[in-house]
Amino acid sequence: MAYKSARLMDRGVKGILLAAAFLAVAIVFTIGLFILRQALPAFSQIGVFRLLSGTEWRPSQSIFGLLPMILGSLLVTLGAIVMGVPLALGCAILMAEIAPRSITAVIRPAVQLLGGIPSVVFGLFGMRVLVPLIRQIPVPSNTGFSILAASIVLAVMILPTITTVSEDAIRAVSGDYRDASLALGATKWQTIVGVVLPAARSGIVASVVLGIGRALGETMAMIMVIGNSVIIPQPLNDNPLTILLSQARTLTGNIAVEIGYSSGLQTNALYATGVVLFLLTILINSLAHALVKERAI
Amino acid sequence: MRRSSFWMIGIVLVLALAVGCSPTAAPTTAPTAKPSATTQATAAPTAASPTVAPTAAPTAMTGKFTAAGSTSLQPLAETLSEAYMAANMGVEITIQGGGSGVGVKSAQDGTAELGMVSRDLTDAEKPGLMVYTVARDAVVVIVNQDVSVDGLTKAQVRDIFSGTITNWSEVGGPDKPITVVAREEGSGTRTAFEDMVMGKEAVIVANAILQSSNGAILNTVASTPDSISFLSLGYVDKTVKVLSIDGAEANEVNASSGKYPIVRPLSFISKGDATGAVKAFLDWALGPDGQKIVADQGYIPVK
Amino acid sequence: MTTVIHTVGQTRNTSGQVKSCSTSLAHVTSSQYLRDKSNLKSRKLTQQSAFALMWLAGSVAVAVLVAIVGYVVWLGAKVITPDFILQPPRGGMAGDGGISYTLLTTFYLVVLTVGIATPLGVAAATYLVEYAGAIRKHRRLWSRLIGIARLGVETLAGVPSIIFGLFGYALFVSALHFGFSLLSATLAGACLILPVIIRTTEEALRAVPNSYREGGLALGATKWQTIWGIVLPTAAPGIITSIVLSVGRVLGETAVFYVTLGGSYRMPTSIMSSGRTLALHVFYLATETHAFDKAMGTAAILVLAIILINLVINLLARRLNRMMKG
Repeated sequence: MAYKSARLMDRGVKGILLAAAFLAVAIVFTIGLFILRQALPAFSQIGVFRLLSGTEWRPSQSIFGLLPMILGSLLVTLGAIVMGVPLALGCAILMAEIAPRSITAVIRPAVQLLGGIPSVVFGLFGMRVLVPLIRQIPVPSNTGFSILAASIVLAVMILPTITTVSEDAIRAVSGDYRDASLALGATKWQTIVGVVLPAARSGIVASVVLGIGRALGETMAMIMVIGNSVIIPQPLNDNPLTILLSQARTLTGNIAVEIGYSSGLQTNALYATGVVLFLLTILINSLAHALVKERAI
Repeated sequence: MRRSSFWMIGIVLVLALAVGCSPTAAPTTAPTAKPSATTQATAAPTAASPTVAPTAAPTAMTGKFTAAGSTSLQPLAETLSEAYMAANMGVEITIQGGGSGVGVKSAQDGTAELGMVSRDLTDAEKPGLMVYTVARDAVVVIVNQDVSVDGLTKAQVRDIFSGTITNWSEVGGPDKPITVVAREEGSGTRTAFEDMVMGKEAVIVANAILQSSNGAILNTVASTPDSISFLSLGYVDKTVKVLSIDGAEANEVNASSGKYPIVRPLSFISKGDATGAVKAFLDWALGPDGQKIVADQGYIPVK
Repeated sequence: MTTVIHTVGQTRNTSGQVKSCSTSLAHVTSSQYLRDKSNLKSRKLTQQSAFALMWLAGSVAVAVLVAIVGYVVWLGAKVITPDFILQPPRGGMAGDGGISYTLLTTFYLVVLTVGIATPLGVAAATYLVEYAGAIRKHRRLWSRLIGIARLGVETLAGVPSIIFGLFGYALFVSALHFGFSLLSATLAGACLILPVIIRTTEEALRAVPNSYREGGLALGATKWQTIWGIVLPTAAPGIITSIVLSVGRVLGETAVFYVTLGGSYRMPTSIMSSGRTLALHVFYLATETHAFDKAMGTAAILVLAIILINLVINLLARRLNRMMKG
């Protein structure tokens, strides 16, 4: 009798769990489909090409071009990678290969903690410290609200992701490789550069790609430091580096700044912005995924 | 040992759900509920409570509604609703921001009983909506404290915002580039400013720093040297400098006399005629008590 | 030859035992660092400067952390008083008042969000790990569907949070007329952490050795009895970790709630009330008021909460490790 009721319960629970799994997965797919559906009018009325290549975004005149935001997102991400990756890799190599265990025991939790700090705190720091600091650079019409400020904030934000994943990848390299290299007379550094890093390559690249994904997706911290101007970033004077001092707007910022005030086609165009962002991150994540898989084999 | 930790999650979950399912009940038992009563009382302008309470008490209005929309109307609406709720204990008004676009949308689709807009409705928006203008508001041009210019003409303002004038020296200031700060597209304040200052052809320069609320504009101008922007008069404080336009100082007197040129309506809108508690609130807001608060808050009364 | 042996002798101390070199020698022989004796000095110099750079990178990373957290906590600590915590926010450009309602809203939102997402996520993960795995062999279509489901969860875990906000705004705020409310924010937030919970729970369940399940089944327990009595309790620390992780995610999230919660600083009186969380309060204070000190104070409290959560996670992870080993 008890056995029978246990069987019955077994079957009931399985049904409940299946329903939960189904619901969860349904939610996952609803999100994608719903946003796509909301964006469709924008794609059909504005045209995919015009939307992606348009250089102007003036919703009041029904001009919707996402190119400034796409470039804005890419530039801040690039800036973050250039600044963040060397730092993160250095930190990962230090923790995995060089530093004594006692030091690593301090650095690792610190870096992990950095990863958990809410982005709005970084935004606050950027707004109160970085923007006024950058404003001191003597270039005409430099307001401090800039790609540079955004990139620095992002670099700090992606540092933990890249450091942690790279460190894991480096640690995963078999000790035999190191021993063999050292046995051949290589110095420790030569071993790291010539053997360990190449062996951990795909994991390291995956960590960078994950960092890119995080950088592209950041919203609030960007709104706080980048100025949100809808322009294609340009150098402020003859020095091409001053492009870093240009204001910009990111794809994420475009959504957050305007969604509350939007109506009609503008709303649809903002959903289209979401779709572009969605596709971009899926692309990047599947790249990371493929790289991690490759490493596993 | 293992079993006990598993039961722990169970208990946590049950607790979570118990608290989660009764959000309406929880606040009253929470210790922080007390300050809410006291704040409402203190927040209500002293002028309102004594005069309104006796007249409102007999009606004993009850009801619950939401007003959503323009951040320009939001501070005034919050003060009005707090005063009204203090006098009518049975009424509960929730004020939400979002912007004029949200105001129109939420009134149309019923998300909120009242929409708040800080601009005229467009012809496409008008059908089915009733407009109750409770106050008028001057849109003022503000600059950072370090800017030595004190006044501009409307034409100069237009040229600065459209990017024709890019240096303060062109309008009598020092040789410093102008940093234009503006609201994002869709904002009621921006729409009103564009209608009244920029006209049909001129558009606000693309490299303007864009912020998505009145507060953020004030904040940005206060902290960015050589910057200029426009703002609802009700938001202005000592951290920025207000420019006179066409020689008229931006204050309530000039705005109500029509001497100051940039004035726009602040309105509640409802789908069809307002009824019940909503109507009572609007009547009160348009009556002497409400309009006194409007004037006290630095806006221009409509009556 | 003598040089080589000499170097090995030197490095052995730091690298530990030399073992089974033959397996990996092929990878190494192609490298070109077998040079003659004379460049040992320069190689050492390179190593020293390279190591110095790595140390620099590590110190900069830690310095950045200390600088940012220190800056915020230092400035924030000045405004954190009992009054600041117990007074309600009063809004306005001065950002008057404290954060009591904000704390309360944050608490509601965390409890509601995690309360909704956890049962759903844990149940879904349990199905995916304990039941879906067994089907694979006989039903091709079913297993393919499960593969797609997994991919979907995986994908969503990496999608920017503003996308969840956009979804929440479109569905809950607009289409379903929930408005800017705790309800809309809770549902959007639950969607945000659902993939996190499913993934971490899946990992925790997978870490339970199969022998445990076999033991349970061999004793005559049904599958569910085995899962309920053995597998889930064993995976409990991992599952709790996933919950704590989600609490951290909800605490720190701004973008989703910026477009679904409305940002009223009032006391939430019902599930339809608008409100603001701590993170959102930091954003509003920083961008829309002059109360930067209060923004710092609120941020400091947020950071302290995150540090606390990190500690809890570390403790749980340690406990999990011990359980797996013991």
